[in-house]
Amino acid sequence: MTEESTITIEVDGRALKAAPGAMLIDVCDAAGIHIPRFCYHRKLSLSANCRMCLVEVEKVPRPLPACVTPVNDGMKVTTNSPMAVEAQKGAMEFLLINHPLDCPICDQGGECELQDVALGYGSDASRYAEAKRVVADPDIGPLVATDLTRCIHCTRCVRFGAEIAGIRELGATGRGDHMTIGTYVEHAMGSELAGNVIDLCPVGALTSKPFRFQARAWEMVQRDGIAAHDGVGSNVHYHLRRDQILRVHPKDNEAVNECWLSDRDRFSYQALSAADRLLKPLVKQGGEWRETDWQSALEAAAQGLAQARGDDGNQLGGLLSPSASLEELYLAKKLMRGLGSANLDHRLRQADFRGDPPKVPWLGGPIAELEEQDLVVIIGANPRKDQPLLGHRIRKAAMKGAEVVYFNPLKLDLNYRAAQWVANPRDWVLEVANLAKAAGVRKGVVNKIKVADHHKELFKRLKAADKALVLVGDLAMGHPDYGLLRCLAAQVAEAAGARLGFLTPGANGVGAALLGVTPGEGGLDAQAMLAEPRKGYLLLGIDPGFDLENPAQGLNALMKAECVVALSSFRSPDLETVADVILPLAAAPESAGTFFNIEGTQQGFNGAAPPAGEARPGWKILRVLGNLMNLGGFDFNTPLQVRDEALGMLGDAAPDNGFEPDPALELTLPEAELLRIGELPIYSVDPMVRRAPALQATADAQDAAYLRLNPEDAKRLGFTAGDRITVSQPQARKAVFEARPDPAVPQGAVALCTAIPGSQALAGRFGEVTLEKA
Amino acid sequence: MGFKMQPMTVPEPAPGKDQLFTPEIRAEIDRWIAKYPAEWKQSALMAALVAVQDADTDNNPGWLSQKDLDDVAHYLDLPPIAVYEVATFYSMYELKPVGRHKICVCTNVSCMACGSDEIVSHLEGKLGIKLGQTTEDGHYTLKEVECLGACGGAPMFQIGKQYYENLTPDRVDEILDGLE
Ligand code: SF4
Ligand code: FES
Ligand code: FES
Repeated sequence: MTEESTITIEVDGRALKAAPGAMLIDVCDAAGIHIPRFCYHRKLSLSANCRMCLVEVEKVPRPLPACVTPVNDGMKVTTNSPMAVEAQKGAMEFLLINHPLDCPICDQGGECELQDVALGYGSDASRYAEAKRVVADPDIGPLVATDLTRCIHCTRCVRFGAEIAGIRELGATGRGDHMTIGTYVEHAMGSELAGNVIDLCPVGALTSKPFRFQARAWEMVQRDGIAAHDGVGSNVHYHLRRDQILRVHPKDNEAVNECWLSDRDRFSYQALSAADRLLKPLVKQGGEWRETDWQSALEAAAQGLAQARGDDGNQLGGLLSPSASLEELYLAKKLMRGLGSANLDHRLRQADFRGDPPKVPWLGGPIAELEEQDLVVIIGANPRKDQPLLGHRIRKAAMKGAEVVYFNPLKLDLNYRAAQWVANPRDWVLEVANLAKAAGVRKGVVNKIKVADHHKELFKRLKAADKALVLVGDLAMGHPDYGLLRCLAAQVAEAAGARLGFLTPGANGVGAALLGVTPGEGGLDAQAMLAEPRKGYLLLGIDPGFDLENPAQGLNALMKAECVVALSSFRSPDLETVADVILPLAAAPESAGTFFNIEGTQQGFNGAAPPAGEARPGWKILRVLGNLMNLGGFDFNTPLQVRDEALGMLGDAAPDNGFEPDPALELTLPEAELLRIGELPIYSVDPMVRRAPALQATADAQDAAYLRLNPEDAKRLGFTAGDRITVSQPQARKAVFEARPDPAVPQGAVALCTAIPGSQALAGRFGEVTLEKA
Repeated sequence: MGFKMQPMTVPEPAPGKDQLFTPEIRAEIDRWIAKYPAEWKQSALMAALVAVQDADTDNNPGWLSQKDLDDVAHYLDLPPIAVYEVATFYSMYELKPVGRHKICVCTNVSCMACGSDEIVSHLEGKLGIKLGQTTEDGHYTLKEVECLGACGGAPMFQIGKQYYENLTPDRVDEILDGLE
């Protein structure tokens, strides 16, 4: 706002500066003058249907709704004049006509905007003596509970669906007294952001289903935290009663999550009390698991690792979750290095480690700038489901007119219009190579292919675009030719003058890369240390059947090891098969730590809840382990000391996508009749998410269980929907999945997710598969 | 800017539009689509619903089935809920089966002052159904409507596209006898 462009208005006798055309309610909000409202929400379009925000404006004979009244120079407003107050009271009386008096049994009670405003503007007795309307409650899925008799028709939820979630599912059907909010034909909301309507609904019409009837707002305390399931690092409020997290709400942070929260971050807290939560240290003795005390467990772990190590530190390997905190990763690295092992990695779902890796891969720019792009090329990713709030930002860009182009091995279900170039997993690499050829790359794979016109056109637009971005995501990272894909993407970005970004794994992928949780000099990466089995392994925060790129190979290597020490918050059959000591690890909300989110912002958090049972924060476990193994430098008393030492080691290291592209990389994925596409489903990303019952009940989670293949392939193979199909991959056990023909999958490919029940038996995320009827 | 200011549409137009309705209905809807800017197909929604409801080529003449609504959404590339909202808002869209003759009796103020109560009770007696019901043989539906703008000829009703004014019980009998 420059001086010339500001105007002055007067509200309740106070002079306020404002931008011309700003809405009165925004100007008043900025000045801390409260105007009651229901339908207005700063992130949604204006609908002005509740009439609660009526105020008096000088020279206007009737009250005006502040939410849609633009300010003018010299305007004089009173928000509490007799006319304004009478109008507000009138609006309140109308809103209460049909609102039930069921606050005592309403989950919103105590934090209800209607209750609050009614206290200020409502009358103590109702003049309305006629019957109130009652509305049937539709079932809109496992996340959101409905009680639509309470609805005051503000339409925030409807506008949210259309404008933010991008799927218009909720609507207002009927008219007048018969108007109801719902889906009309009953079905579950399919958005990955659906839970936000719980916050938006000013009354108790839409509330959290998992939290239903658990606690009252005033019984809970609020503690801040950082969500731990993707690189966004959404800021959250945990709400606890008697030290138990009962729900999670977003905490406003415009630069990160705005005022939103993905369903994954909102409901994963359910896992904290999962039935298979590990509450006591476990040690395997003679093939039997025994619960034991910490001292014996830690001694067993230290001894086991020391024995496996012998006098060669490189007999040990460390596989660390990219969602572990900086403190945990730092100490785990210190431990492994202290033991003389260079085998360390956090890129557990990456398939190909050829070529020079980016120094510290990251988004390539601030999260908020995603929405300002003019052209985004996305290679091997589904941001809508991988990092829902990044998907939301990209959608915003698309809605503002940006072109978004996807290169993927299967077609995505998007909530905006975008070009999708789909080819089977092998041809997909060639598609990207084609674009690289259009960009002028002339070496390696590129030489053998002919560039098509649409690639040339796309490259031209990419070059001409003011703000262009090339993003490389999880599906590319899981491809056996990731090195090549990455190299091609970087060359395209370079030639076009576009920014390059990586959609890094986990909540702390950037932190892990900054710390160098990667192989040291001569060390083995995540693939190699399982392909060349070690004698001892340290697992941090992972379930090897679900969190490795090639679970068959991984479980096999771990099985053969002399000693596997796992720090885990949960028990799991695979862990219990391969591990020798399992130490109960505090989950992210139970421990202090630091994450670097995908844009490189450092975000610290404190433990919000005490760890379940005897679980301990990772830094404490690793500290004692370091001391027990007589490694120096493990004397920390607080997580802050660990953090400071870790940050000191980082120095001024910063995220950096730079690397030396190696044009000689060859395409290694062989041609085959059917190639697997191993997507990582939204509700499978980490052990916590996989144990949240509400998330597992969503369509997104349930659909991920199917083996999907092109209807043509299905016909050719004689499969129909519902058939049980046995899947075999080289060097893997067989597993059975239910078939579902799906035109989104190209011919010659089979979409079969990783990290779903049954997929532990399988090998790599891509590669040849053979199918037969079970 | 809100979704009301932008054309509403599904992210991806679905194929197979040429399988929907009949060529005549499609031509009628297309005629309406052509009246608006290309991206505002949504504007043809009300006319499309009328066209589908009125056509008696399908097996549910005079009313819109769930499939009809979904087909209109498909044809206009709209999210289905956007069609449900409009179809449930306006009382002239019938979402349940109606009789061959839909008798829309006005009971609004002018008609009431001129004796619509008598017309209603006469009709109810004659047909053996209440307002809002359909005779068992599917011939007649009796519907209460608000002012149809023919107050000068109150009391009145509408059958099909035809207004009948200055009604008396005798005149009602005559009119009904004249219908097939
Ligand atoms: S359900 Fe809630 S958010 Fe939606 S219209 Fe009703 S009161 Fe508003
Ligand atoms: S907030 Fe202004 S009319 Fe609802
Ligand atoms: S009141 Fe009946 S037509 Fe106007």
